[in-house]
Amino acid sequence: MSAVIDPKQGQVAIEERPAAVGVQLSASLAIALKAIRTNSVRSFLTMLGIIIGIGAAIVSVSISQGAGQQLQEQIQAFGTHVLQVRPGAGFFGGRRQGAGTARPLTDRDVEAIAEMSDLVEAVSGRVQSNVTLVSGGRNWPTQVQGVGADFAITQSREITEGRNFSEGEARGGATVALVGQTVVNELFDGADPIGSRIRINRTPVTVIGILEEKGANNFGQDQDDVVWMPLETVRSRINRAQGAVPDNAGTITVKVWDDLDVLDVQAEIEDLLRLRRNIRPGAEDDFAVINFAEFIRARNETQALLGFLLAAFSATSLIVGGIGIMNIMLVSVTERTREIGLRRAVGARRRDVLTQFLVEATVLGLIGGIIGMLAGVGGTYLASHLGDFPVLISPWTLAGAVGIAVFIAVFFGYYPARRASRLDPIEALRFE
Amino acid sequence: MDMAVAPALVQCAGLSKDYRMGDNVIHALREVDVSIQRGEFVAIMGPSGSGKSTFMNLVGALDTPTAGKLRIAGQDIGQMSSDELARLRNETLGFVFQQFMLLAKTDAIDNVKLPLMYTRMDAAEKDRRARAALERVGLGQRMDHRPSQLSGGQQQRVAIARALVNRPQMILADEPTGALDTVTAAEIMALLEDLNREGVTIVLVTHEEEIAEHARRIIRFRDGRIIEDSRREAQAA
Repeated sequence: MSAVIDPKQGQVAIEERPAAVGVQLSASLAIALKAIRTNSVRSFLTMLGIIIGIGAAIVSVSISQGAGQQLQEQIQAFGTHVLQVRPGAGFFGGRRQGAGTARPLTDRDVEAIAEMSDLVEAVSGRVQSNVTLVSGGRNWPTQVQGVGADFAITQSREITEGRNFSEGEARGGATVALVGQTVVNELFDGADPIGSRIRINRTPVTVIGILEEKGANNFGQDQDDVVWMPLETVRSRINRAQGAVPDNAGTITVKVWDDLDVLDVQAEIEDLLRLRRNIRPGAEDDFAVINFAEFIRARNETQALLGFLLAAFSATSLIVGGIGIMNIMLVSVTERTREIGLRRAVGARRRDVLTQFLVEATVLGLIGGIIGMLAGVGGTYLASHLGDFPVLISPWTLAGAVGIAVFIAVFFGYYPARRASRLDPIEALRFE
Repeated sequence: MDMAVAPALVQCAGLSKDYRMGDNVIHALREVDVSIQRGEFVAIMGPSGSGKSTFMNLVGALDTPTAGKLRIAGQDIGQMSSDELARLRNETLGFVFQQFMLLAKTDAIDNVKLPLMYTRMDAAEKDRRARAALERVGLGQRMDHRPSQLSGGQQQRVAIARALVNRPQMILADEPTGALDTVTAAEIMALLEDLNREGVTIVLVTHEEEIAEHARRIIRFRDGRIIEDSRREAQAA
């Protein structure tokens, strides 16, 4: 062998030419887009699994998140440390006795609970009555609530103008009232009502305060269309005919100290009431303590279950979609065997071929993911509209969904891509 | 260029290739010693199973030898990785196939650019080279035609332009006229002769004597060995 090497054409070629870095990503992208466009129907069918999976995933996550957010809002609105005690059978399930048959809760029950002051921040009974307010020739039908002086604390509600009624006024059945903003607007045209007199069922009452505005609650009730009066006043002057038991406290609302476990306090109250009402161990309670947070949680479980089912469906669909991509890409690799052989012959490295097919899988996943995302957003709004439940579409959900689509596509596209890259160029060129 | 002192473009020494078919070992190539100099125009002939295809695959750096040495442009094929072989094919060799092997639904110019996809070169340079290669084969007016819009001879010209585009030292043509009529075949051979005169080494496989006539050297294979290696003077231009 000669030692003389032509510097222009010999071995030095390797050092002289810039390194071939292989397929630039943009070139791979162009090939991939072309391949997908060439077989657009097939590509769409391939993506369908991903589209459905991603769409369902977005709908399910959005429903779950909407339910979760609503749960938080409702718990916040009711307060996590508020319990309600009602006469009668348990709120959930069981045989429900007629509401009137149970012994009512009385002022003495309220006092007994209030005595547990290390557990309980505030306690109040509550009776309500639908009445018509009359003032200066105007009428306004609304609901009057007979409550204790501490009721405002249990509701975490401020008195924005004027004052609350005192313990003395409460006990003495004073004819004073706190009114909500809606009442102020309807009866007084929004003018300052404090000191004004209104008549409720012929009883003249003096307005002494205005309740903090709350707007509508989660059930659509206007929480400002309300009048609060001392429990005794409502019982003795407004509800006269209805109250057979003179010290009937209606339902009792309990505000538990924030640093205590509400379930422990609930148990204490239940024990106390069983004792007071002589309920033997094992016998059924004739009252119910309702934990709002638990109640709301139970109500939201239905939506959570729906979300979970959809999530399971979308996971299944994504896997099926992934297998679809793998299947179609295997077909594509087989169909393009000669092309792969040609590319290898003209200088493509294995990893160039691998990259090309992975980019194609990625593009399939990305397009499928984006179409799925749009379908998911549409489906979410449709579901929320039809099913009338709250949804929350967060940008993280959308980004995550597209990311998952790409991941699935690359994961399932890897095997066909690897197979393509491992083809022997000679065999591939000869493939018929 | 001084041919006498420059190393041969292809150097084979004891070149062997075995294939395993189940329990049998097929000796496709048995200790072949041959060299091809730069600027040669060589026709490889032989019946099927003679080893000519195996020889072409090895010289095309698509395969590696079982035993013996093979150097292409000074590089030892047996010692190179898959990536290095790919780069050698890309930078030093050009391939022309019987069935043209053009990408359907792809313009002539993009077909020609295919090898450049695997080189680092700016887009303008790629475009310039692909246009020059197509003009060189007489298809300057057909750059945006797809293979289906071109005749067989034109398709093979596109394939030759693709083989030329990265300025190879050697073009390997496997039955380049096998799918063409006689007149078109003659045109393609004339083009290859022109390229050879411009300095490109050409190795072509054929089973037709009149095609082999265009070459200045004929190597005949049989049973994995070279049975004839004859040269003749170039025809007067």
